[in-house]
Amino acid sequence: MVLLIQYTLLFACILSLVALGGCFSEHSGVINLGLEGIMVMGAMGGALTMKYLPNGTSAFVIVVVTIVASVLLGLAYSALLAVAAIHFKADQTIVGTALNMLGAALATVIVKSINTISNPDDHSSIVQYIEQKKAFIININGFEFSWFMLITVIVIIVSYVVLYKTKFGLRLMACGEHPQAADSVGINVYKMRWAGVLISGALGGLGGICYITTGVSEWKFEYGVAGFGFLALAVMIFGKWRPQNIALAALLFGFFRALSNVYFGFDFLVNLNIPSGIYNMLPYVISLIVLAFTSKQSRAPKAEGIPYDKGSR
Amino acid sequence: MKKLLKNSGVQSFIASLICIVIGMFVGFLFLLAIEPSGAGEAILAVAKNFFAYSRRATQLKYLGSTLVKTAPLLMCSLSVLFSYKVGLFNIGAAGQYVMGACACLYAAIMLGWGWLPCMILAAVAGGVYGAITGLLKAYANVNEVISGIMLNWIGLYFTNMVLSQAKDASSAYTYPLQNKGPKAILPSLGLTSVFGDNKYVGIAIPLAVIFAILVWVLLEKTKLGYELKATGFNKNAAKYCGMAEKRNVILSLVISGVLAGLAGSFMYQTDMEQWQVTIASVPGMGFNGIAAAFLGGLNPIGAIFSSFFIQHITDGGSNVDLSIYCSQISDLISSLIIYLCGFVAFIKYAMNTGIAKSEEKKAAKAVAEKGGDK
Repeated sequence: MVLLIQYTLLFACILSLVALGGCFSEHSGVINLGLEGIMVMGAMGGALTMKYLPNGTSAFVIVVVTIVASVLLGLAYSALLAVAAIHFKADQTIVGTALNMLGAALATVIVKSINTISNPDDHSSIVQYIEQKKAFIININGFEFSWFMLITVIVIIVSYVVLYKTKFGLRLMACGEHPQAADSVGINVYKMRWAGVLISGALGGLGGICYITTGVSEWKFEYGVAGFGFLALAVMIFGKWRPQNIALAALLFGFFRALSNVYFGFDFLVNLNIPSGIYNMLPYVISLIVLAFTSKQSRAPKAEGIPYDKGSR
Repeated sequence: MKKLLKNSGVQSFIASLICIVIGMFVGFLFLLAIEPSGAGEAILAVAKNFFAYSRRATQLKYLGSTLVKTAPLLMCSLSVLFSYKVGLFNIGAAGQYVMGACACLYAAIMLGWGWLPCMILAAVAGGVYGAITGLLKAYANVNEVISGIMLNWIGLYFTNMVLSQAKDASSAYTYPLQNKGPKAILPSLGLTSVFGDNKYVGIAIPLAVIFAILVWVLLEKTKLGYELKATGFNKNAAKYCGMAEKRNVILSLVISGVLAGLAGSFMYQTDMEQWQVTIASVPGMGFNGIAAAFLGGLNPIGAIFSSFFIQHITDGGSNVDLSIYCSQISDLISSLIIYLCGFVAFIKYAMNTGIAKSEEKKAAKAVAEKGGDK
């Protein structure tokens, strides 16, 4: 039971972080379908940092440096989307999809090359971080508290305050609702959209490192992040683009994802004799059902996905 | 010359070439960064693929292997471009492909069906799977990209579960069709001997080309195609004109799904590869289809060539010196190409304004000269 709660919270953390990223980007008017690729890049940055930090580095330094690396890499990678979507008026769906594929391919190529250079017989795309990972976890009576839980709570609160209580947040949202109106009162729409996309990159990168430290101590980068970036978008839609609702939606989705990790710990579930494939499918099936019931009255920012053109009316 | 440049088809071709050149160049930079000494050789290996072999028969054989995989890739890219023309981004093609593979392999191995019924079943499975996305889009306004991705994963786990019955306990792969379902192997039409005794070459290749032409006819020459495109252009206007916009959305995704489902059949009924039931990520075929569709300028005939190119460099990727580099370098290049395809509209715009500017200058010059005569 403790395990189920622990995993539910961890998966909810990942989903909240990434969904909040998507939320910032969409509020500024850019649909970020590349979150999946951004997560992979963030995960790679963090994993490689952990690999190269010398043994005996203090836990605090490991946590901070790893997170900073992930955030920065996610941020830098999201700039590819920002350039294409904001300045070249590219189709955001294509660019986002390209970023997902590019993220997986790039991470695989980079990690494989690093592995092969250090050991010519090693052609895997696996990074191990068994010792370093322990820095993120504090064991409280069998419940493994992860620093990511605290970070996520802070990010949720900060996101809420930034979006609804600051000048910046309100301006950002104006750019996603009616950029022409925002421009007419002197807001630089391009700058605001850059800010939205970069924040989503930072949060996506953070979600990525959180994902690959959840329950495992090594990661094979050929696998990417198994559609988590898109689950996060489903969470965002279900959460109606609002931080507080996103947190609740993430808990629900996190619960179903956690079930597939720990269902064999429950006798009655094991007795039902359901194949593990069903549990693997569950989060995706639930999200489809939830989307079917919540997408009708969409609260999506009105101008999302439309490139901003100063000349158009 | 100018007239030629104004032609939208020529512009698409140039834009695609630019994408390929930049994509290959950036891939080359990555190879250089990994190990400078062999980078030139490696990028040539990617670009050459089967030309790397010196004997003609061997070349033909490997050309055959590339063509065998080009057929399903072409079907996937047709699936993506068809729905894109109708204003829907069918990223779920990957899942529809998986369901097609699942259906035809199950029917072939467990039920012992012939090749045609297996193929039809694959098409139906893909179509039904596409219909789910279509229904969700039409009646519940679910973004087709997100539902498509969800269905991709559901399809993957479903297929792994179903096909675990169609394999030996000691192996992770389904039974080869030549042992357990020889009737389901696609007929070779005598093409085997043409391609250096490559026994996987067969009917799928000409069929895929025929489908490309059919899709072109459907989109450009029929009333249905016109209606579907109109719906994609402006749903409300289409509805106002009396078109059944909901039906059109669902129908487009069904057709799209059928094409992707057939891709699954074209891939696995050649018996070239078997399904691996432990696979933990959705096969890249559907996603490469996106690359091929956009690289082909969203034209069914263009897709024939772009699919071949994408498959060509994907196969070429396995020819690089694997002790230094890795074959995913070609995935990197094809994903770069998709990213660059996002800029195609801009490239075309730049070309058009360039032409317009030079024409303006010419006109101004002509006027000035006329004025000078007087």
